[in-house]
Amino acid sequence: MCGIVGLYLKNPAWESRLGALFEPMLVAMTERGPDSAGFSIYGDEYDAGIKLTLQSDDADYDWANLADRLGAAFAGVDDWYRNASVAVFKLAAPEAELRAWLAEQAPGVRVLSAGQSIEILKGVGLPATIAERFNLKGMKGSHAIGHTRMATESAVTLQGSHPFSTGLDLCLVHNGSLSNHNRLRDKLRREGIVFETDNDSEVAAGYLTWRLAKGDSLSQALKGALKDLDGFFTFAIGTRDGFAVVRDPISCKPAVIAETEDYVAMASEYRALAGLPGIQQARVWEPEPATIYVWEHDGAKVEAA
Amino acid sequence: MMMKTVDLAEQSLRALNQSLHDGEMLSDIREWRVTNTDGAHNIACGLNDDISVDIDGHAGYYCAGMNQRASVTVHGNVGVGVAENMMSGTVRVTGDASQSAGATAHGGLLVIEGNAAARCGISMKGVDIVVKGNTGPMSAFMGQAGRLVVCGDAGDALGDSIYEARLYVKGRVGTLGADCIEKPMRAEHQEELAALLEQAGIDEDPADFRRYGSARELYHFKVDNASAY
Repeated sequence: MCGIVGLYLKNPAWESRLGALFEPMLVAMTERGPDSAGFSIYGDEYDAGIKLTLQSDDADYDWANLADRLGAAFAGVDDWYRNASVAVFKLAAPEAELRAWLAEQAPGVRVLSAGQSIEILKGVGLPATIAERFNLKGMKGSHAIGHTRMATESAVTLQGSHPFSTGLDLCLVHNGSLSNHNRLRDKLRREGIVFETDNDSEVAAGYLTWRLAKGDSLSQALKGALKDLDGFFTFAIGTRDGFAVVRDPISCKPAVIAETEDYVAMASEYRALAGLPGIQQARVWEPEPATIYVWEHDGAKVEAA
Repeated sequence: MMMKTVDLAEQSLRALNQSLHDGEMLSDIREWRVTNTDGAHNIACGLNDDISVDIDGHAGYYCAGMNQRASVTVHGNVGVGVAENMMSGTVRVTGDASQSAGATAHGGLLVIEGNAAARCGISMKGVDIVVKGNTGPMSAFMGQAGRLVVCGDAGDALGDSIYEARLYVKGRVGTLGADCIEKPMRAEHQEELAALLEQAGIDEDPADFRRYGSARELYHFKVDNASAY
């Protein structure tokens, strides 16, 4: 099964309430995915360099020491803070060099997200537990997408939970199952994409990473996904400026969208949207199969694939 | 005759559905109204009495599923599988319906005043479905009996693998599914369509519709295809 939720605020005055509005949406999808949960939240922009969300399985991991070592290696860390099992670092350094340094100097520390705006937070457990762990309801930002997982294809682990990072400020959540992920994973590995799990959704994320790295626009990459991914999917893709939604041509996996002057919200089921302010007056509809919907600061776009 | 309002913010869905099956209660209360639905699944399922139920707000999955005799109106949208396996009675949706509306239904009338998504009337077995707006792809997929009326456009693969069932579409048909063909609109079809539209309370001219149905080519195994097996 799995549940997906997304909330994009058109009204900047609401940004201080993003987490408070979004948390009930995520928790409402618990029945669709009680195994694990996660979310990407966009805000707190850092333009001077890169913002990394790092995670360690070691509850006592010494993040302050890592901050000192990172600072020494890369001419200072502008800011860092810890949030439960993750820590967010802001520093001016090239992404590839940072990743290489972390792999060597901090083995066991995972990069959950990288970008100027994105933070990915996720874990194994009930959505309410994960939301509380990271204090989702107190978070601010412009938009967020989230996922509640009921695993069907691979193990229930943090690495198998969503969202998956697909590049700078990009992430993917998936409801469905892919049939051709093994072959596609092999092909993408040959192209240099690194996979941590045997999870099908990670392959979809890797596919988008690969297409975007080759210079595709997001909508070109999604059109490619509609052609190359075999299986069932509703995807929500977080971008720095908004989010995108696409469903496979058979459209078995549900999606519903609500739009008002203040926000665009997306969920697997209307139940997740029912508590949003102004929902009674919202335009509520179901996205068409094989159609790419994108909402960003400069407006909405709909493209038939 | 008494009317009762059930507020789902106050009372559980299970209690509502039990009340709607409580013979003693139903002997007094024939009209029901449900509020604060918030997209809950399984509202008013398996009704078996000729009561009326008005649902104020959007409903979730399988609303009014397995309905017999009751008249259920949803003042809003519905999720997957509204009126699935309905046997008789009437289900009306004033908004849009998600996929598989009226799936496998044997009888009764389902009216969708907005649009219906994919696979509306999948495996329909005798139900009448009238959609004022458009239907998504694969409507009446594997339909076996009943009538589907689409006043707007029908999506791709209309009537794919259809056995029987008569399909009437006013607007554009994306593509026809396997073994679904256009058929002539004879006087008897105009009449039955006029009656269906009237029953649904929808003002359309039957002369504007075209009829589709089964070419009946998939009924039997063809020996010419034996080499494929």
